[in-house]
Amino acid sequence: MPLTSSQNVRLAALREEVRAIESAGRVAGRPCLPFGLAEVDRRLAGGGLAVAALHEAAPASPALGDEAACVLFLASIAARLEEGIVLWALSRRDLFAPGLAQAGLAPDRLIYAECRRDEEVLAVMEEGLRHGGLAAVVGEAGSLKLAAGRRLQLAAEEGGTTALLLRRWRRADADPLAPPSAAVTRWRLACLPSERLAVPGVGRGRWNVALVRQRGGEAHQWILEAPDAEARLALPALPADRPDQAIGEERRAA
Amino acid sequence: MAVTQARMLVPGLDVRDSDPEGDGAWLARLGLLAARRWTPRAAVSGPDGLWLDLSGVAHLFGGERRMADRILAYCARLGFSARIAVAGSAGAAHALARFGAGPLILCPPGGEAAALAPLPLAALRLDEPTLAAARRLGLETIADLVAKPRAPLQRRFGRSLLTRLDQALGRAGEPFDPIVPVDPPSILLRFVEPIGTAEAIAEAMAEAMRRLVRRLEQEGLAVRRLDFACERVDGETQIVGVGTARATRDGPHLLRLLGARIETIEPGFGIECVRLTAARVEPLGPQPIEGGLAGERPAPDIVPLIDRLAGRLGSRRLYRASAVESDVPERSVRRVPPLAATAAWPSWPRPVRLLSPPERIDNVVALLPDQPPRRFSWRGRAYRVRQADGPERIHGEWWKRKGEAEAVRDYFQVEDEAGQRFWLFRRGDGEDSRTGDLSWYLHGLFG
Repeated sequence: MPLTSSQNVRLAALREEVRAIESAGRVAGRPCLPFGLAEVDRRLAGGGLAVAALHEAAPASPALGDEAACVLFLASIAARLEEGIVLWALSRRDLFAPGLAQAGLAPDRLIYAECRRDEEVLAVMEEGLRHGGLAAVVGEAGSLKLAAGRRLQLAAEEGGTTALLLRRWRRADADPLAPPSAAVTRWRLACLPSERLAVPGVGRGRWNVALVRQRGGEAHQWILEAPDAEARLALPALPADRPDQAIGEERRAA
Repeated sequence: MAVTQARMLVPGLDVRDSDPEGDGAWLARLGLLAARRWTPRAAVSGPDGLWLDLSGVAHLFGGERRMADRILAYCARLGFSARIAVAGSAGAAHALARFGAGPLILCPPGGEAAALAPLPLAALRLDEPTLAAARRLGLETIADLVAKPRAPLQRRFGRSLLTRLDQALGRAGEPFDPIVPVDPPSILLRFVEPIGTAEAIAEAMAEAMRRLVRRLEQEGLAVRRLDFACERVDGETQIVGVGTARATRDGPHLLRLLGARIETIEPGFGIECVRLTAARVEPLGPQPIEGGLAGERPAPDIVPLIDRLAGRLGSRRLYRASAVESDVPERSVRRVPPLAATAAWPSWPRPVRLLSPPERIDNVVALLPDQPPRRFSWRGRAYRVRQADGPERIHGEWWKRKGEAEAVRDYFQVEDEAGQRFWLFRRGDGEDSRTGDLSWYLHGLFG
């Protein structure tokens, strides 16, 4: 049954009301961080990732390669935020700083906090978020209770800081994104085989990026290419627009 | 003597660069210790000595000889070979300690002239031109000088020679610039009744902090490390300490850092007195106000956050990563304090996760000497390589370890059929067996 215009208005008002309750009354004009890819940004509520909010990403499988993709994805988001220090709450000590620097997160923007347990990670994250002077706080946690997630979300709103949470697989049969959470967006990443190059070598990494859930928007998924040195993700080039083809055409023209 | 000549005479000679600043710092520390422990009047003398004024203190240590023996033993325990001379004038003690025979010389009162007579003129702290001129005139020892009439000497050498001589013989005075030990600012609070509750401790802490901050403001100092010591009724002392990333005398901030530690204090039967000590202080003048006149928002100060996190985690677990000039991946990162400057890495492809230690991979099929693997198995799973890049050859650092003198690692970046990217390396260059045993390892993962 099509809705009449008065019903439409009423529905919109109700939606606005619900949104106001959901994020403690700070909906209007909240800043967003676009990916810079029209294809992605138009699917996101607000045209990008809300800056003062909690975002989660998890690997699609317990494979370490997928987890490394998640790390790069979160690092690229943190790197694209405006200038400021990023706090990274570690739970394991295998993060390699030169690799992060290549995703655009320079060493002078990053401070590591080495935590022993998940609770410590969450406490450090909350403290960093409430301070309000950081650009982003990244944390690595296995399990996250609903209440703990809500605390992080509130702290992120209060401090106006982006909270990024990497959810690690604790057991092979427990999907970290299965239980509900208070995060504004939840992402799941998996590695995909990259483009075959004309010469021997490895091309730019390619991921299947799934937006599993977002508040105020629909789920969606894309195939994206790994971040470059300026932390920009990219859409894979269509075969006709590929740079090697363009070079071929130039050669033909010349 | 040239170093090569010395090495030829003594095989295995340990040669180190001279470090006058480091030596000076050690000497200053030793002087400070002397001023605290042995005598109220101690001073540094030149780049290699200390003057201790023993007037009225030697009997406290059982006489001059026993005191000197104790100081010598103490220096030997620290690893210094020291020489001590005790004399009636600073100049004589200076000369005898450096040019006398044996590590310990006690000059009897009034015996300075006799003790100094056989010493060379260099013992008198003269400058080089004066010494050279004296040598030309045939003056070798102090005895030669004492025997000469004073007026021609003064005409020939100026006033300085005679002044030094008089100072050594105790005829002229000499200024003495003693080291004044500075005690760290501290506040002591004693209670009428022992306290035991967290609220009472917090109240005492706040009061001590108020007084300490006032005192620091007067002296223009700021705190880097703060110790809060509680003395209990049973004689136990409980100390909690906090450090700050930058010198500060912001009372509420310091109080918040200390307050987080109250729960670690065990009051037992009660605390009789508390002492708040600024264990490490730095001078801190007036600070400029952040932000410009145009009204732009000042950059938020993250130092308080760093202090709080360091208090929660421990300062060693909060750090920045900085580059080290090493191509070996596990040595290329160094931890620096969270506010220190960092250096960036060269932009070779590097993984985001580094396994430590590298994990052995099996069943590797690869062509020697420089082809990437076609397949391998790791953690019980087989992987088939779809694309690969490499090798990037990294040589062992022979200047660090002998075992690495010939070691070589060939790194490959490979992608499997699912798109996972691994960083593998092979020990050895595939041609010379001395460079490695051709075993394969997985060292990291790219995203």
